[in-house]
Amino acid sequence: MTTIFGIPSAALFGQLLLGLINGSFYAILSLGLAVIFGLLNIINFAHGAQYMMGAFVSWMLLNYLGVGYWWSLLLAPLVVGALGILIERTLLARLYNFDHLYGLLLTFGLALIIQGLFRNQYGVSGLPYGIPTQLSGGQNLGFMFLPNYRGWVVVASLVVCLATWFVIEQTKLGAYLRAATENPTLVQAFGINVPLMITLTYGFGVALAAFAGVLAAPIYSVNPNMGADLIIVVFAVVVIGGMGSILGSIITGFALGLVEGLTKVFYPEASATVIFVIMVLVLLVKPAGLFGRAA
Amino acid sequence: MANGTIAAGGGPVLDEAPIAAAAPENRGSAALHRSIFIGLAALLAVAPFVLYPVFLMKVLCFALFASAFNLLLGFGGLMSFGHAAYFGMASYVTAYVAKRWGLTPELAIVSGVVTATLLGVVFGALAIRRQGIYFAMITLALAQMVFFFSVQAPFTGGEDGIQAVPRGHLFGLINLADDKALYYLVAVIFLFGLFVIYRIIHSPFGQVMKAIRDNEPRAISLGYRVNQYKLLIFTLSTAIAGLAGATKAIVFQLASLTDVHWTMSGEVVLMTLVGGLGTVFGPMVGAAVIVAMQNYLATLGAWVLVVQGVIFVLCVLAFREGIVGLFARLLKRPL
Repeated sequence: MTTIFGIPSAALFGQLLLGLINGSFYAILSLGLAVIFGLLNIINFAHGAQYMMGAFVSWMLLNYLGVGYWWSLLLAPLVVGALGILIERTLLARLYNFDHLYGLLLTFGLALIIQGLFRNQYGVSGLPYGIPTQLSGGQNLGFMFLPNYRGWVVVASLVVCLATWFVIEQTKLGAYLRAATENPTLVQAFGINVPLMITLTYGFGVALAAFAGVLAAPIYSVNPNMGADLIIVVFAVVVIGGMGSILGSIITGFALGLVEGLTKVFYPEASATVIFVIMVLVLLVKPAGLFGRAA
Repeated sequence: MANGTIAAGGGPVLDEAPIAAAAPENRGSAALHRSIFIGLAALLAVAPFVLYPVFLMKVLCFALFASAFNLLLGFGGLMSFGHAAYFGMASYVTAYVAKRWGLTPELAIVSGVVTATLLGVVFGALAIRRQGIYFAMITLALAQMVFFFSVQAPFTGGEDGIQAVPRGHLFGLINLADDKALYYLVAVIFLFGLFVIYRIIHSPFGQVMKAIRDNEPRAISLGYRVNQYKLLIFTLSTAIAGLAGATKAIVFQLASLTDVHWTMSGEVVLMTLVGGLGTVFGPMVGAAVIVAMQNYLATLGAWVLVVQGVIFVLCVLAFREGIVGLFARLLKRPL
């Protein structure tokens, strides 16, 4: 068996792949947080719960309605995104005139409610969700075995992240969005419906989280707690990258996933804390974040 | 981006008074506060004859914890979402030195407070490098790091925690195994902590802190070294949070992962919010309400989480001033 630095190469690449998958989720979730923060100035604490809901909705679609993975990939983000729009219209919209930290507190309360409800209904042991038949099996790449589904998760996340980047940075709609992020009053004065834009942006950010949840369902078991700890790591990712740049969020997310995977190979004890340690280092060296603008 | 203070006026138009932007202090308020302190002491003296002492001690520990948190958010404008780290680490260290090294309870509590203070200096110095929402996320992430450390480090006992911590003899003399004796110690610690917080808020330092909370750029231009003030109030807050956690470890003879988990950080925010952000006496009322609620709802399991979430949402949407804040408005006096 080939080894690299005394580690079997199969194990090394396996962990790197797992790191890349975690990195995909970090990237999608931090991207959603950044988009929402840009326009609403709110940190969406319910993001982890909405990611969990994405996984649960796809589980429900399969087990209650017999709807498979591929339709879930489309329907679950739509359903959860619609719930997000409802939350924005009925609750968050009442807080725009107050301090932004109230938005954090409100979404924290929502996260507690959502997690508590799912925990009551489904317990904490987790529910299985099978890999779609088209993606079962894997490829032998010579140096490692690549399960098809894991490859798909990385590719799908990259495509969604880059598509989001394209829409925001390269289209007219994205230009409106960026303008509204800079100065909502002025954009409103030009006749653009900013409140509608805010609502749709929140819905889109939430849908991104739910999309990540559907991708995660076959890899991790569907569990009410799956988003709670993840979201705190994503917060650290956001602090490291800074929320100023879309591409920056994506790169930071994937890179930190890889670093976490490498840590699992070489020093497993630190794998849970390595991202927080990196956050501390970044705060010491470049407090605004790697891609952030100084406030 | 707003400069992050929860009572900031720099952001969008505020259509109601920012938190704790109470009427100017007057002599009547000082007299009122003195009588509240005396009344509180009298209430605490008779309470164990009416209510179960262990319940009261739990309320007092969390009341002190919430007051420490409120010192930072309500008067410093700094939103820490990771206060469980200081509460929990103080709890662990106190439990460890009392059990393994056989230290007397007062020394064990001091060890816990020192731990929380040191942790507060380091984490505070890191967190104040960013403002507002980033500050909240950084403190939360640092606290999560402490949580993972507690899961792995051998001295915390992992999932089991540190159990059967001896209450010991205060100064080697008074046996604290007696609930009443321990209760009076906890009551004294609580009143001491609350009085220290009150003095901090009404000191010149506290006034500068409020200025920084309300308008940081202006405080900077007036020549105040804002970061030193922020670090000091952060450390004071973590020290008092540590005092609460250390006392809790002696009372319940237990330090566990629950104390360092992010849900604990959330609970202390909730207590403060319910009682009244930026009021001296609000957090203890909030702590009493939430602890009592948890006791009554203990059999409901995960529904407690849902109920807490609903209270959070309702408070943020419709009751931002909190219970004591409401009274303060009706009395037209800062409480």
